[in-house]
Amino acid sequence: MSSLSYAAPTSVDAAVKLLAGASGLAKVLSGGTDLLVQMRAGRFKPELIVDTKKIPGVIGIREENGAFIIGAGTPGAVVEAHAGLTAAWPGLVEALDLIGSTQVQGRCSLAGNLCNASPAADSVPALYAAAAVAVVVGPNGTREVPVEQIPTGPGRTSLARDEFILEFKLPARPARSSDAYLRFIPRTEMDIAVVGCGISVTLDANGVCTAARCSLGAVAPTVLLVQAMADILVGNKLDADTLAKLDAAAQAAAKPISDKRGTAEYRTKIAGVLARRTAAIAFDRASGKATGKTH
Amino acid sequence: MSKSHVTTTINGEAAEFLCETQQTLLDVLRDVVGLTGAKEGCASGDCGACSVLIDGTLVCSCLVLGVEAEGKAITTIEGIAQGDHLHPIQQKFLEHAALQCGFCTPGLIVATKALLDENPNPTETEARYWLAGNLCRCTGYDKVIRAVMDAAAVMRGETV
Amino acid sequence: MNYISSDLKVVGTRPIRPDGVDKVTGRALFSADTRSAGMIWGKIKRSPHAHARIVSIDTSKAEALPGVRAVVTSADFPEISSEMAFVGEGPMNFRDLSDNIMARGKVLYEGHALAAVAANTQAIADEAIALIDVVYEVLPHVIDVDEAMKADAPVLHADMFTAGVNPKPATPSNIAKVVTFKKGDIDAGFAAAEVIFEDSYTTKPVHQAYIEPHACLATYNPDGQVTIHASSQGHFMIRAYTAKLLGIDMANIRVNPAEIGGGFGGKTLIYLEPVAVALSRKSGKPVKMQMTREDVFRASGPTSGASVTVKLGAKKDGTIVAAQQVLKFQAGAYAGSPIGPGCMCGFAMYDIENIDVLGYDVVSNRPKVAAYRAPGAPISSFAVECAVDDLARMLGMDPLALREKNAAVNGTKTHYGPTHANIGYTQVLEATRAHPHWKAPLAEGHGRGLAVGFWFNIGGESSATVHVNEDGSVVVATGSPDVGGSRASMGMMAAEVLGIDISKVRATIADTASIGYTFVTGGSRVTFATGMAVTQATEKVVEQLKARAAQTWDIPVDAVEWRDGKAYPAGTNAGAFEPLDLAAIALKQARTGGPINSEVSINAQGAGAGFGAHICDVAVDKETGKVEIIRYTAIQDVGKAIHPSYVEGQIQGGAVQGIGWALSEEYIYNDKGLMENPGFLDYRCPVASDLPMIEAVLVEVPNPRHPFGARGVGEVPIIPPMAAISNAIKGATGLRMPDLPMSPPKVRAAMDAAG
Repeated sequence: MSSLSYAAPTSVDAAVKLLAGASGLAKVLSGGTDLLVQMRAGRFKPELIVDTKKIPGVIGIREENGAFIIGAGTPGAVVEAHAGLTAAWPGLVEALDLIGSTQVQGRCSLAGNLCNASPAADSVPALYAAAAVAVVVGPNGTREVPVEQIPTGPGRTSLARDEFILEFKLPARPARSSDAYLRFIPRTEMDIAVVGCGISVTLDANGVCTAARCSLGAVAPTVLLVQAMADILVGNKLDADTLAKLDAAAQAAAKPISDKRGTAEYRTKIAGVLARRTAAIAFDRASGKATGKTH
Repeated sequence: MSKSHVTTTINGEAAEFLCETQQTLLDVLRDVVGLTGAKEGCASGDCGACSVLIDGTLVCSCLVLGVEAEGKAITTIEGIAQGDHLHPIQQKFLEHAALQCGFCTPGLIVATKALLDENPNPTETEARYWLAGNLCRCTGYDKVIRAVMDAAAVMRGETV
Repeated sequence: MNYISSDLKVVGTRPIRPDGVDKVTGRALFSADTRSAGMIWGKIKRSPHAHARIVSIDTSKAEALPGVRAVVTSADFPEISSEMAFVGEGPMNFRDLSDNIMARGKVLYEGHALAAVAANTQAIADEAIALIDVVYEVLPHVIDVDEAMKADAPVLHADMFTAGVNPKPATPSNIAKVVTFKKGDIDAGFAAAEVIFEDSYTTKPVHQAYIEPHACLATYNPDGQVTIHASSQGHFMIRAYTAKLLGIDMANIRVNPAEIGGGFGGKTLIYLEPVAVALSRKSGKPVKMQMTREDVFRASGPTSGASVTVKLGAKKDGTIVAAQQVLKFQAGAYAGSPIGPGCMCGFAMYDIENIDVLGYDVVSNRPKVAAYRAPGAPISSFAVECAVDDLARMLGMDPLALREKNAAVNGTKTHYGPTHANIGYTQVLEATRAHPHWKAPLAEGHGRGLAVGFWFNIGGESSATVHVNEDGSVVVATGSPDVGGSRASMGMMAAEVLGIDISKVRATIADTASIGYTFVTGGSRVTFATGMAVTQATEKVVEQLKARAAQTWDIPVDAVEWRDGKAYPAGTNAGAFEPLDLAAIALKQARTGGPINSEVSINAQGAGAGFGAHICDVAVDKETGKVEIIRYTAIQDVGKAIHPSYVEGQIQGGAVQGIGWALSEEYIYNDKGLMENPGFLDYRCPVASDLPMIEAVLVEVPNPRHPFGARGVGEVPIIPPMAAISNAIKGATGLRMPDLPMSPPKVRAAMDAAG
């Protein structure tokens, strides 16, 4: 019989050594909400599980001069409870909060969601929009990688087998900045996104967008960072003309497939709808008009 | 195959068990420890019937490895009643007929406990979203939600 | 005796159920919770193909794996000849059932069982399953019902010649059976019609989706005696099927009913038990088996998907003069869809002179369907109730008024034979019209839909015993598994007859060796039929109690009367005795003739038909096509609500299953005939946040054939929701959604197509 070992190292070095030393497949465990399901389904048969949650920094949130550093394995429920982070990055917090049930929130993490590399992952479009940087640790020390360079395809990442993400850095926010994330699902909860959209903006005093990052989920093999959407927003207020162009740009960027969760045609249209709705929330928040949850 | 020795706390009592790495906390509770109150409805985190609290946090025990219980405090449905007195949530589930087959009930009660520990005064909408991960196929949730809201009121001391 | 006009003290109240504390504390033992010393684990090897010939099965590597105790295939089961069985809720052929639990020759759907292993641990069993080598010859498959009926479709069964047509077809096909019901002259009806409406509808297979997967624990002793612990809707059903499929005398099989974690019809047949017994026989160990959720979806019964057409003809005043329906039901891999009830129920709410219904029972490469709450009726009514709604629009009539004008009443002869008697449909429609929901103004952009539903309900064989304990407390036992609180209502009926407090009565469910035969919990029969048996058994106990009092007082038994839990002298002539209460009589029962008990077994007749009407308000997101249920009211004639909370619960739960059927649930197949969504992630049952409160309105028109007036409740509420929602969407958008589920992509596509 195959045997599976478990280790819960208490330092980055120990974890990296374990990962590097494994003869067969080694898997990093943070929340486990994808890993355990996939193991049970027989998607892969690891010989070693390295639980990173006991490594200092993997769980927790800290603020440094307006920037936030989120431990890679911090559960959704902990992130959601952080008032400062929620005020600065409501869209990202909401996106993580949308993953699964309350039960899943007790376990799921940003790193797990990103490294599972599903194009439909809820927190990932928000991370892209936020210009988050992943702090990757490995045998050669630490490197900082923009999050959009981590997933390379469905279920695949750019991380080496002996690397893992220690934490995420979110940049300090200029005034009049905010973000939003919306996904479309058939029910109100518990579904995988049919389409997701993350938008982060900074406005000037007149409500004109001065900076934007836009992303779409579940419309391509990986989450997309869509420069064309950002280009439409920058230099404009969110008027009807801008919204129509944003909708068109989102639809143009979407290259979805048809599957059990939606047809390509439907997903494309919804990408446009969500782009408009997400932008409206992000602009309202950035201009101080709205706060609070969207669902 | 070698098993891991895990020292933990279950429903307030010190506990130890041996388990294989791939055994989930649900497997361990049911097959090793013998607490069968947590149910397996899906083994994929989609039904909530296996809900337990780990250090007060609500999780699906099917999505936690048994070995991860080391040093933690686990609360299962068997630990919700206070001695020989039902917890107000349990009492209100009975009074409101908030169960039919009762298979999802342990998970719902554990999840409700977590809700009311965190938010003693939830709105109906908050209760519905909190419990969205607990599938119930019998009740249509109507009486479940009424029981939750009534239990919350009792626990706040507003009614008896 | 009949208590319908009596002053009831227990029936109609809401006591806490007797099994409640066990269920809120995690102590209740469901199938998978049972254990036995020395128990080993059984697992099933299932087909990865939709349709294939089994060329060979090599189990040698699995058998050689350390820790494996037994491996079985169809060779370990006797060959069963074709024979119809009426053990579960629908007709079932024993040979098909045998093939379904262990494939012989061919696999007919993905997930079809073809071998099984018992091993010391689940992990070893899983490994052994993977070591079984099966060589398949993959055959062309067919999933869709209309495709399966085509002449060039792959044929599943070479010996299937359509029944119900004359002459018998010369070639086999996938059409197992044709069913027809006719009333009046359909051609003359349409000729007389001034307005004709016709449309086509489709529904997808949906699963009962009980949260408890099938599981069992079976022990075969060397003397041939078998013990099974399993949850089901009928432990006598498990005994009957297991006995037949393994060739074991029923007396040698004892089935203990575990608590059942939801059934909804899906646990009226079996999958695991004969396999577990065969593994136990071969291994000499108790064998435990449980399905995974994926197994439940792939290999246990959903209900049929269907393709339905409806044609209605009416006078301009709204009188419907002709109604025609063609229904094509998927049966899954073996004959036996609920096409019969489907054909019966669609038009049963209406008094229409000319009716013509044609139904097809069609096999295809899907799991064999099982009963699901009012089997067939929701599909049929979805089509009819959408068509009636559109007819109302054509006529410029209020949809409720059109239903009122054509409503079946007592004396209406149905197209399938019986004449309606003692029905409460008129009262349901009156309650609907009077309900504030029907009159409430609609918000901008919202739509309101109405639909009605009918289920005939059944009676059948039930057994009950009532035991008076030495202290005067009472135990009621029945053979009906409790799926939704029936122990509470059984105890209440007994307490009412005895005139004692419900806390003095405990109701339980006896195993197959401890009580007389009882048909499955299905067809909304338990409160009616088993309740009748309990009432009669309790009345026999009351007679004994009176006799003991008469003996004590030395007066004739007919000089004793029983009221409020006590024996009284019937009048002054009978003598002046202090009343004797139940406890006093019970205390002396040994000295007055021995234990006071009774057992009643009946075949209950006179189940009153049930009618319901649902009102639903929806909001439709015009950009995403997402439908939100804003308000929902379900009105139903329940006869008499024994325990109103559990009656309301049946209605609320049924309505929500219907909402799932309407909006989000479906089996999704890929082009290889494999199910793409065998889990709760993508098989989308409604979750708590999807729903508003469901208002259940109980209309009580007593059923005179039941001692307390009860009629079946559990099935009617799943019938109206799909049409009520489709009608509400039409109200909100002007668009008819004729295909289930009315998922966001379909609604958005319909809006795009309409411009």
